[in-house]
Amino acid sequence: MSDGALSAGLRHDRLVEALAGDLTPVRRLPAPSMRALGWFAAALGIGVALLPMADLDALRLRMATPDLRIAAFGAVLTALTAAVAAFQTSVPGRSTAWALLPLAPAALWIGASGAGCLRSWIVPGTDLPDANEMGGCLVFLLGFSLPLSVGLVLMLRRACPLRPNLTAALGGLAAAAAAAALLVPFHPHDATATDLLAHLVMVGLVIGANILAGGRLLSARSPRT
Amino acid sequence: MVLAGVTGMAGAAGGALWCAHERPAIRPAMTLDDRLSAAMAAAQDGDTQAYRDLLRDCLPVIAGMARAQGVSVEAVDDVVQETLLTIHKARATYDPARPFLPWLRAITQRRAIDRLRHSGRRPQEVHDPIAYEAHADAGPAPGQRIEARERERSLARAVAALPDGQRQAVEHLALRERSLDETAHLTGRSKGALKVNLHRALKALRKTLSNDKTLSDDGTLADDGAVSKGKGNRDV
Repeated sequence: MSDGALSAGLRHDRLVEALAGDLTPVRRLPAPSMRALGWFAAALGIGVALLPMADLDALRLRMATPDLRIAAFGAVLTALTAAVAAFQTSVPGRSTAWALLPLAPAALWIGASGAGCLRSWIVPGTDLPDANEMGGCLVFLLGFSLPLSVGLVLMLRRACPLRPNLTAALGGLAAAAAAAALLVPFHPHDATATDLLAHLVMVGLVIGANILAGGRLLSARSPRT
Repeated sequence: MVLAGVTGMAGAAGGALWCAHERPAIRPAMTLDDRLSAAMAAAQDGDTQAYRDLLRDCLPVIAGMARAQGVSVEAVDDVVQETLLTIHKARATYDPARPFLPWLRAITQRRAIDRLRHSGRRPQEVHDPIAYEAHADAGPAPGQRIEARERERSLARAVAALPDGQRQAVEHLALRERSLDETAHLTGRSKGALKVNLHRALKALRKTLSNDKTLSDDGTLADDGAVSKGKGNRDV
């Protein structure tokens, strides 16, 4: 046996002994889908808590419009599926194909919002938000995306994301979609092109911030980085 | 041939042989994945010895996976170390209801890719790309150490399944390379009996290993009894 191989064997033996010495019993993490449901339930709880502050009659009227209803449903579904995908990709050995799961709901969400824009151009008398209201929406969206993202990243850190940027991006999508769904009861306007654009910018911002901050936080779990 | 094989492997296989001999219940039906999965489940509950065995069993597996990923021989040991550290940190994420090897492979591949990226960032000067591509790899092929370990295990099982006298003859004379006098003194058997036992043991091992026989749960040969019951194969 060569000196190099011998020293490698010794290094491995020492590391194995050190890790065995450091062993403590661990509680197995629940299934990724169950953890995603836990986060989703927390977001849902926030929505239920906020509901008494919303104008429920106006909400009922808006939900009678198919594209607004579908857009809201799409946002909720995107939040749930993106959270499931984020938790799945945070566990070693799970397929990265899970990252495709939120694509269809996101397409539904964005597509229905886009259809709403077309309707607003065709139908006269559409309620258009002014710049102040738009700014308020953005503050609402970013304000709720932040705690939802932080909560999600903290939960994801308990696992071991081997692709931290992908997991963080999925977490960002989940948080942005959840914030958009939370905004629905307080959003007294029909969808417009500027509204849709503002929402898309916000989603991009949240995902980007998650990749930058969340990706680093998640990769800090790795011993190399 | 078998003697050469047996004695040639004595140094490397010795540990595995004695370990296998000391463990009363050998379960050949248990695959590598089942064994590692059970060990990780025990490690999650705090079983230090199971964890130590698991990590040691993982060493050749990780090295083979890293080599298959394209990691150079010189860098494999670093990838093994980094993978062991990640296994330790990520052990709570393993679900014993799922196979172990895909979990391990995902971690190893990621650490191997990290290593390849790291080495790819360092400047390399290659004047002759064809010579670089055609350069023979000095290291063992991926999985070679795993195959060697499997061969050691099957040999250990075959030796453990021999009748006591034959097993003692193989262990003392062939594996530990003791003299007939020493062995006779240690075992209390005559030198003639030891010679006959060794001859019969080698004949049985040759037959067992060439046919790749399977073992039953109690560690005896299950299919034809050539070792334990056949004519001319009893201990003397």
